[in-house]
Amino acid sequence: MIPAAFDYQRASTLDEALSILADRGEDAKLLAGGHSLLPLMRLRLATPAVLVDIGGLRDLSYVQDRGDEVAIGALTRHRDLQISELLLNQVPVLAHVAGQVGDPQVRHRGTIGGSLAHGDPASDLPAAILALDGTLCARGTSGERTIPATEFFTGFLETALRPDEVLTEIRVPKSPGKFSFKKFNRRAQDWAIVGVVALSDSPARVALVNMASTPVRASATEAALAAGAAANEAAQRASEGLEPPSDTNATTEFRRHLATVLVRRALEEVGL
Amino acid sequence: MQVRMRVNGTEYVHEVEPRLLLVYYLREVVGLTGTNVGCDTSSCGACTVLLDGESVKSCTMLALQADGAEITTIEGLASPDGTLHPVQEAFRQNHALQCGYCTPGMVMAAVSLIREHPDLDEATVREGLEGNLCRCTGYHNIVKAVLAAASAMSAGVPA
Ligand SMILES: Cc1cc2nc3c(=O)[nH]c(=O)nc-3n(C[C@H](O)[C@H](O)[C@H](O)COP(=O)(O)OP(=O)(O)OC[C@H]3O[C@@H](n4cnc5c(N)ncnc54)[C@H](O)[C@@H]3O)c2cc1C
Ligand code: FES
Ligand code: FES
Repeated sequence: MIPAAFDYQRASTLDEALSILADRGEDAKLLAGGHSLLPLMRLRLATPAVLVDIGGLRDLSYVQDRGDEVAIGALTRHRDLQISELLLNQVPVLAHVAGQVGDPQVRHRGTIGGSLAHGDPASDLPAAILALDGTLCARGTSGERTIPATEFFTGFLETALRPDEVLTEIRVPKSPGKFSFKKFNRRAQDWAIVGVVALSDSPARVALVNMASTPVRASATEAALAAGAAANEAAQRASEGLEPPSDTNATTEFRRHLATVLVRRALEEVGL
Repeated sequence: MQVRMRVNGTEYVHEVEPRLLLVYYLREVVGLTGTNVGCDTSSCGACTVLLDGESVKSCTMLALQADGAEITTIEGLASPDGTLHPVQEAFRQNHALQCGYCTPGMVMAAVSLIREHPDLDEATVREGLEGNLCRCTGYHNIVKAVLAAASAMSAGVPA
């Protein structure tokens, strides 16, 4: 399966990438690790006219201590998150979730920026960034802006990024407390049929993978916990207000059931 | 567009179409057919090669994304005198292959895994090879082989 033909442009700086995007507009797509985009292109579900390869922008690959926060460059690969000492100590949930993405080969190529910008509700890292109340920084030709993770995911494979913007950095508050990540799938290497990220740091937060058209927070569960509900009771409300998808792996009803069970287990694991 | 990379120690420069995938570059342009295409959809790992020492699925990369990189394929593992790499030797000793189709990818994934976890245990091997599918062996002998290779290498058998 061979992608449709395209023009390939390699950006050697962020500014160069921005100016190509400004020139070619909606015809152009950024290429980071390529582990979401190339499979789509091979199936011809995506046929961009121009690929702008930002994979070489190594200065956008870092994990840095910024006081109360940790800042992560958008081109940081899953593998580098998985083994980052800073994350293991200060935001262990992110190192752990990154280590559960796909398989080692995928983690050697895929980037956190690509994972977020792709906006797939079945992806793991977006749920972790949502649970952490992270902030995303985007650069466009007209300057830089920050977008709260809670406003970033706007629809199925859609985000608040504009076609001329590059996601450059993700910031998350240090969260060294207990966490749980439950990823339910049938085979190794697969995407989550339903996934749950839970953080014990107060207030307790819960985010869900593959339970809606975007990654989402389990707001009803969070509200119940804030009001003093026990894990089991709060978990009953995991899919309240959500319309989980139905597909070959699971029906909507089965997903609701899975969310209830997995949220309860996650909350019990973090001691709530 | 021009692409330049070192494959098994030899420098290659070619003009390629941007949409050419790394695996087809290696097989059809460079002529190294040891790297197999199994699923063609990023799942099976048969196409695994090392990119700057790390395992990658070469069907899920453009050749152009490997520009300037050092690629190792299954052909580049044994010594020039024919001595097998410890992982290859362990696959042979432990009967870790039947049809052999998954083997080049399994071996390359294992080399990368051992590099990242020199003291790995069985669980690490099983999880670390989750990106590689084998339809024949049932995996047990593959896991045995990787454990044997890792201990041979930590005992000093040269890689
Ligand atoms: C076999 C396999 C299994 C996988 N399993 C999982 C899994 O279990 N869980 C999971 O979460 N993911 C999984 N993935 C996806 C993987 O995590 C991808 O690496 C990730 O989703 C995309 O990152 P990338 O760097 O490869 O992005 P790319 O594929 O290069 O890009 C993805 C999209 O984001 C855009 N983009 C990339 N970078 C930026 C940026 N900096 N700014 C703006 N836009 C940008 C691109 O234009 C494109 O639209 C799997 C992938 C494969 C091939
Ligand atoms: S051929 Fe590349 S993963 Fe199967
Ligand atoms: S030996 Fe036949 S697929 Fe693995």
